[in-house]
Amino acid sequence: MENHYYNAKDLGKFGSIADFQKPMAGKFFAWYGEVFGEGSLSAREKSLIALAVAHAVQCPYCIDAYSSDAFEKGWSEAQMMEAVHVSAAIKGGAALVHGVQMMNKVKEVAM
Amino acid sequence: MKSLKAQQHILSDVHRQLEILEKGNNDKGAYLLVPFQQKLEESGLFPLTPLGTEILQVNVGKMCNQVCRHCHVDAGPDRKEIMTRQTMQECLDVIDKDSSIRTVDLTGGAPELNPDFRWFVEEIRKRGRHIIVRCNLTIILSNKRFYDLPDFFKANQIEVVSSLPFYTRDRTDRQRGDGVFEDSIKALQMLNAVGYGLEGSELKLNLVYNPAGAFLPPSQAALEKEFKLALKKDFGISFHALFAITNLPISRFLDYLLESGNYEKYMEKLLAAYNPNAAANVMCRNTISVSWDGYIYDCDFNQMLDMKVDCMSKHISSYDPHVLSKRSIVVNQHCFGCTAGAGSSCGGTVV
Repeated sequence: MENHYYNAKDLGKFGSIADFQKPMAGKFFAWYGEVFGEGSLSAREKSLIALAVAHAVQCPYCIDAYSSDAFEKGWSEAQMMEAVHVSAAIKGGAALVHGVQMMNKVKEVAM
Repeated sequence: MKSLKAQQHILSDVHRQLEILEKGNNDKGAYLLVPFQQKLEESGLFPLTPLGTEILQVNVGKMCNQVCRHCHVDAGPDRKEIMTRQTMQECLDVIDKDSSIRTVDLTGGAPELNPDFRWFVEEIRKRGRHIIVRCNLTIILSNKRFYDLPDFFKANQIEVVSSLPFYTRDRTDRQRGDGVFEDSIKALQMLNAVGYGLEGSELKLNLVYNPAGAFLPPSQAALEKEFKLALKKDFGISFHALFAITNLPISRFLDYLLESGNYEKYMEKLLAAYNPNAAANVMCRNTISVSWDGYIYDCDFNQMLDMKVDCMSKHISSYDPHVLSKRSIVVNQHCFGCTAGAGSSCGGTVV
């Protein structure tokens, strides 16, 4: 067994999760396929959203997959980096907005 | 930028290209891809046979005003191989005797740079065949003597098929050279101005997308929609269809793949995307490709790898429709490029 948690080749084995639980995997991949198809949002727009979310959840597999996919679907490097900034800004903002909670608590207990 | 040939690059030797395609770029032979022949056998398609020649694709020369990074022809201003009028006449003789040929597809290089290009077009036109010209767009603006090409195309009812790798400057220039996007846009506007590409117009203007990197094209239909919206909104340009074409690992694109360390991954990607339905519809089944010096190939890619047809009719001067119809199409590892995903041909996807 590889002596680390992430292995880039494992991304290609994603489908094998069905080996342990087929019906649920089947449903997941069918749903996943439908989610990323053309809809009210284009597959291209969804790819950029996925790229941003991949960074928010910090999944290396998702980042590899959607960096390629978003570029293939025509997003430029600058657009992709702005999407990553959107993700980072939301994550940063999510941490910082809790500063208000901190302030509330401090004000509650402080003399 | 010079052609690989002018650089005396190792890949200008087709034997080296074939060696890499067949045995990999690793001298120890560690990298071996499943043979294309094996995949065809599994699909019940080997040997691959022709279904009747409908398209005669004529490469009238390797000279081009551009030096694109992905070019499988290794075309450029330093390439002097040009079809002579005599060879063109031999092609016309073939058109005269083979009524199954409905379309003559002219490619290059920039076909317009052949000094007999206009004569050839008019002669084909007299024979009532549909003509496609693979126009790189920038040729129209490259010299005053080409400014009237849109009118010439119109007068001969030519279908214009033009490469525009993307609807943004950055991605287009990266692949085709600085300033290509701007000139391509101007040329498209000139074509629109004479009626090409307009809705309902008989003057067909189709664009070709091909990936600017080591990846496969996305959905042709979705891409066509985006191209249409963007080109209309930003430049007021209209066109009919978008053909999404996969880059084949030949010549300069092969060089790019090797230089960027993407070769093996790209080949694996093509293999993983092998589609038997695309394989059944590959363009070599209804097309014959003729080189500037009159030799006959199953397709323009085989032509660039110097893999001539596997039958007695190897030259346009000995073209025999019956002999050609009985041949087996010559395949090799680069063919995975035409069978990946929705397939790829000079007319875009095939399924």
